[in-house]
Amino acid sequence: MRNAFADEVTKLGQSDQRLMLLSGDIGNRLFDKFKEKNKNRYFNCGIAEANMMGVAAGMALSGLKPIIYTITPFTTTRCFEQIRVDACYHNVPVIIIGTGSGLSYAQLGPTHHSCEDLAIFRTLPNITVLAPADEVELRQCLRAALKLNGPSYIRIGKKGEEIIPKTNNSFEIGRSIKVRDGSDVCLVGTGTIMPIVLKAAQMLEKEGISSRVESCHTIKPLDLQMLESISLKFSLIVTIEEHSKIGGLAGAISEWLAIQKNRGTRLLSFGTEDEFMHEVGSQDYAREKNGLTSKNIATKVLQSLKES
Amino acid sequence: MINLTKLESLASELRAQIIENSHTSNTPHLGSCLSCVDILVALYFKFLKINPKKPQSIDRDRFILSKGHAAPALFHVLAKRGFFPEKDLESYGQDGGIFAEHPPTPEHLPGIEAATGSLGHGLPMGLGMALAARVQDKNYKVYVVLGDGECNEGSVWEAAMMAAGQKVGNLIVFVDFNKWQATDRSEEVMALEPFVDKWKAFGWDACEIDGNDMGQIVEKLSKENKTDKPLAIVAHTVKGKGVSFMEDNNNWHYRIPNAEEVLAAKKELGVDL
Repeated sequence: MRNAFADEVTKLGQSDQRLMLLSGDIGNRLFDKFKEKNKNRYFNCGIAEANMMGVAAGMALSGLKPIIYTITPFTTTRCFEQIRVDACYHNVPVIIIGTGSGLSYAQLGPTHHSCEDLAIFRTLPNITVLAPADEVELRQCLRAALKLNGPSYIRIGKKGEEIIPKTNNSFEIGRSIKVRDGSDVCLVGTGTIMPIVLKAAQMLEKEGISSRVESCHTIKPLDLQMLESISLKFSLIVTIEEHSKIGGLAGAISEWLAIQKNRGTRLLSFGTEDEFMHEVGSQDYAREKNGLTSKNIATKVLQSLKES
Repeated sequence: MINLTKLESLASELRAQIIENSHTSNTPHLGSCLSCVDILVALYFKFLKINPKKPQSIDRDRFILSKGHAAPALFHVLAKRGFFPEKDLESYGQDGGIFAEHPPTPEHLPGIEAATGSLGHGLPMGLGMALAARVQDKNYKVYVVLGDGECNEGSVWEAAMMAAGQKVGNLIVFVDFNKWQATDRSEEVMALEPFVDKWKAFGWDACEIDGNDMGQIVEKLSKENKTDKPLAIVAHTVKGKGVSFMEDNNNWHYRIPNAEEVLAAKKELGVDL
């Protein structure tokens, strides 16, 4: 995903002279092409994320379109106040990229995990919050975010993420993508966990359960049209995210669902637990520890459907 | 060309207006406003390349009051300079108004370049604007006023290092060094001295002046910066400058003057409003 980001941002930089790329001292060699093709528009801002966010806002206030790139905790919680005041309060077009989101850097320990970014960004006025599933959605998110006049956050993975199959490639911020149609249950996922969601749907199919699957790449603004539709159609909506169960996709949908009239729809959510992981392991291991596997999702969905 | 005497009398007039405004609108931070008035007057009435009729002109010099709690001083200077009618200030502090205790965003008040109030944000944003001039091949300068207490914030020094690293010669910082922060002598809270050397150690050109002496401010700003280093002017100032019973008395960080005190202050300033 990060290679796709580097490739896309290099292309976009050539067609928009306002585009700036600011890195927090990561991406060794990753941006060599950008630097070569977009001279003077790349800044290594060092390990000083608060300053980097302010610099980006200052550039945006001066007519430029800065994109900030570093590892998720450092471009989110580390400089949250600069995001809130400099980018969101001023409502300027700064694009914040969080790379290695969720449990991508599981082996680096909780300092490098990010399972709260969606929750905290949702509370900020003016910002668009995006979590693309794969490099195709990432490129689409980036192109769409560049057209915004306000700030945006794009939560991306690391590398080697599977591309999820889709029947068409249309994309719009705030419009979830139906990846698979179904009639018994609706699985709404966000971000790079989507291949696991699709596999869970396949497992459910073997059990005779037909699942609709949504790739909900935009956490804010929520796709209320999709929610309206699925909450009337399905008695069970399942959210899956590589993020805390608190405040992210599950939080956003439950806040909406709770105030709707006449819905018998229940919510089942899969996400990370409300605790720091002290065991070391790969991303797959960390996902498994948090119940983010196709098998666990399929099993729990089956149970839940039987209960209703 | 505006002369020193005129600049000094403008500063006195503005001090009186700011004091009166504090009384009528119940707005604090008077001491912090009065220490930096001379710097603002010199910049806005002599040095900044700005056109109040075109506040968004791309070639304009930028000014950021990073110590945003001195907003009343900035608002009065902007009004006097013609960015909006002075009459608008009558709504200061009223419900539904735009004049808060800190500068709002540029889209809400002409002349404001950045909303500040949370300390340590102005210099990074100013640095971004200064770098934007380079990228866009513009010649404007960016001026930022910091408080000495504000220099507690780590982001100030992050920006300082990057500005020097990037050789941003169009960035000028004034530190309004009034020796106080909200609740203590600034030097007793965090070690600021040797302040000028600190900026130099961070890769800046740095000097110190009397920041309440209009002659010294004008003289310093008149010298063209020919290096590619950013410039820090450590301006020794007096908190509450211009009114004897407010000077260097930190109670005036939050205190609001009563009607008698306003009269006494005006008398000392020689201003009849």
